[in-house]
Amino acid sequence: MKILLMGNPNVGKSVVFSRLTGVHVIASNYPGTTVTYTKGAMKVGDEMDEVIDVPGTYSLEPTCEAEHVALDMLQQGDVIINVMDATNLERNLNLTLQLLEMGVPMLVALNIWDDAQHRGIHIDLKRLEELLGVPVLPTVATTGQGIKELVVNIPNARAPKLPPHSADERWATIGSIIGQVQQVTHRHHTLSERFGDASVRPVTGALIAIAVLVGMFFFIRFIGESLITYILDPLFNILWSPVVLKISDLLGGSGFFHSVLIGNFTGGEVNYVEAFGLLTTGLYVPFAMVLPYITSFYFVLGILEDTGYLPRLAVLMDTILHRLGLHGYAIIPTLLGFGCNVPAVMATRILESKRERFIAATLISIAVPCAALQAMIFGLVGDYGIQYVAIIYGTLFIVWIVLGFIMNRVAKGYSPELLIEIPSYRLPPWRVMLHKLWIRHYGFLKEAIPIVLGAVLVINILYILGVFEAIANFTAPIVTGLLGLPKEAVMALAIGFLRKDVAMGMLAPLSLTAEQLVVGSVVLAMFFPCIATFVILIRELGIITMLKSLGIMIVTALVVGGLLNLIL
Amino acid sequence: MSPGKLVSLRQMQPGQRGRVVEIHGGHGMIARLGALGIRPGCRITKINSMLMRGPVTIQVGHTQLALGYGMASKILLELI
Repeated sequence: MKILLMGNPNVGKSVVFSRLTGVHVIASNYPGTTVTYTKGAMKVGDEMDEVIDVPGTYSLEPTCEAEHVALDMLQQGDVIINVMDATNLERNLNLTLQLLEMGVPMLVALNIWDDAQHRGIHIDLKRLEELLGVPVLPTVATTGQGIKELVVNIPNARAPKLPPHSADERWATIGSIIGQVQQVTHRHHTLSERFGDASVRPVTGALIAIAVLVGMFFFIRFIGESLITYILDPLFNILWSPVVLKISDLLGGSGFFHSVLIGNFTGGEVNYVEAFGLLTTGLYVPFAMVLPYITSFYFVLGILEDTGYLPRLAVLMDTILHRLGLHGYAIIPTLLGFGCNVPAVMATRILESKRERFIAATLISIAVPCAALQAMIFGLVGDYGIQYVAIIYGTLFIVWIVLGFIMNRVAKGYSPELLIEIPSYRLPPWRVMLHKLWIRHYGFLKEAIPIVLGAVLVINILYILGVFEAIANFTAPIVTGLLGLPKEAVMALAIGFLRKDVAMGMLAPLSLTAEQLVVGSVVLAMFFPCIATFVILIRELGIITMLKSLGIMIVTALVVGGLLNLIL
Repeated sequence: MSPGKLVSLRQMQPGQRGRVVEIHGGHGMIARLGALGIRPGCRITKINSMLMRGPVTIQVGHTQLALGYGMASKILLELI
C-alpha cells in the first residue's frame, strides 16, 4: 500500500514524514522546501507500507515543477494523509476538498495544532470529521504529539467521494464548514508579529536584511575559524602528524606509494595543504578545512530557514531580482547555493517558468561559490589579507548582477510575478534543526569524501604519468597569457570539475601572488560546475539548455579572469 | 456601492481593509490567486508595500501573502 503525505506548502509534511518513517528529509519554515518526493516505509498493522513525502501544492492545477511532481504522485496513492495547517484552516480546506473529489481514501493530520491554540483558534474536531467524512487527528509534528494516534487511524481512512465542484461552489462549502467548526478569540499582536511586519517594510526591512546577512557572514566565519583553530588543527597536528610521519618512515620516505599516500614534504614537518597525499591533503582538506565551514554555514542557514525569515528576504529582494529576470523567491535557491550548488539547482523548481530556472541555475553555478570552495578561499586567500577575499566576493557579486541583467534582456520567455505565502515567525524547533544539520553533514561526508580522495589519487597518478606537463604546455597560452597564472594552474582548473576545494588546494603549492590567487579563485568559481552540479544541471535544465548555460560560464570566466588579471 | 469607489490593492494604504470585488487577470492568475484564498468576496488587509514597484504584503484570513506590483494593480477592492 502506498501512503501519500499531501497538503499545502509549509504545513509540516516533511516533519510528519520523518516522524512516521525515520527517513531523514530536510524540513524548513518556508513554502517549497520539498521539491521532489522521498520514499520511506512504516509499519501499519502487520504490513510494511510505503510512505511518500510529496511536495506541497496549493491546488490540483500545478503552477511550478514542484507542484507537477505532487500531482504525478497523486495517481499512485492508495491512502492520502492530508496534512493541514490548523492556523490556516480555510485555505487548507480548498486543497482538501479537491483531494476528496479525487476519491482516494484520506485522513487528516491537523498539524501546527499547538500554534492554533496559542493564537486563539478553536476548531471543533468532531464536527470537522463529520463534515469531511474522514478522520481528523490533531498533531504537532515538531514535538511528535498526536503522531501515534495518526498512525493508529490510518486503516480508518475514508473516501466519501465528493462530486466535482466548481471553484465558487467549493469556496461556498468552505465558508459553511469554517462557520460551523472554527471560532477565533481576539487577541493582541505579539512581538513576533510586530517584528514580522517590520521586516517587510521598505526601510526597516532593508536595515534588518543587511544586519542579518552581514551578521550571518561574520558568524559563519567566526564559528568556522574557531572550529579550525581550536579543534581540527590541533587534532591533525598533535594526533595525526606522528602517525603520518611513522607511515612515511615505514614507506622509506619516497617512492610511488609514498607519493600517493603521504605526498611530498620537506624539512620533517607535515604541510597538510601542499603535500597532496591521500592521508595528508586528502583528509585535511575535507575534514579540517571544509567540514568546519559546512558545520557553521548550515547551522546559521538552519536558523534562517526555520525562523521563517527567508520569504521576507524574498519580498525585499524582489525588485532587484526582477532586474535579473527573476523574482524575489529566487533568493532562496541562491542562498542554498552558498552551501552546495546541487540542492540549490534542485530548489529552482519552486520558480514557475523555464526561463527563470535557466537564469537562476546559471547564476548560481557561476557566481555562488559553495561552502567547500569558500572554506578554501578563506583558508588560502585569507592569509594574504581580508581585502583579497573581499575582491573575490565583490567580483562574483558584480558578475551576478551584470550577467543576470544581460540574461534578462536576452533570454526568451517570461518571468512571472512574485506570489508567495509568508509564514509566521517562530522559534526554530531545535530537534528539527539539529536533525537537518546532521542530514547535511552526512550528505557532505557521503558525497564529498570519496570524490576528494578520488581526486587526490587521480592527481597523483596523472602527475606521475607526466600527463600534467603535456596538458599544461598545451593550454599555456590561455592560462598564462590571458589569466596571468603559471601554466601548472590549468590542472587545478581541470580538477575543479571533480571538486573545487581540492582544486583550490592545488593552487597552494604553486607559490602564487595574492593577485594570482584572486584570479585563480574567481576563475575556478565561475569556469565550470563541479561534476555533481553538472549532472544536476543536465537533469533539471535538459542537455541543450545546460550547454547554453555552460557556454555562458566558460566565456564569462575567461572574460572576467582576463579583466582581473589586467586590473590587479 | 458604486463601481467608482473601487481601489486596487496597490492604491490601498497600509492598514486599510477591503473586500475584493474584481480580479482582472487571465485564467492562470485567477486560479493561482484563488488557490491562495484571494477571490472575489474575500477580505484583505494591506500590510505594506515595497518601494520602486516592489511587492505588496497582505493579510488574508490567517495567512500573510506577498504579491507582485502588477498583480496587486489588477485586484480591485471596496474599502470596508
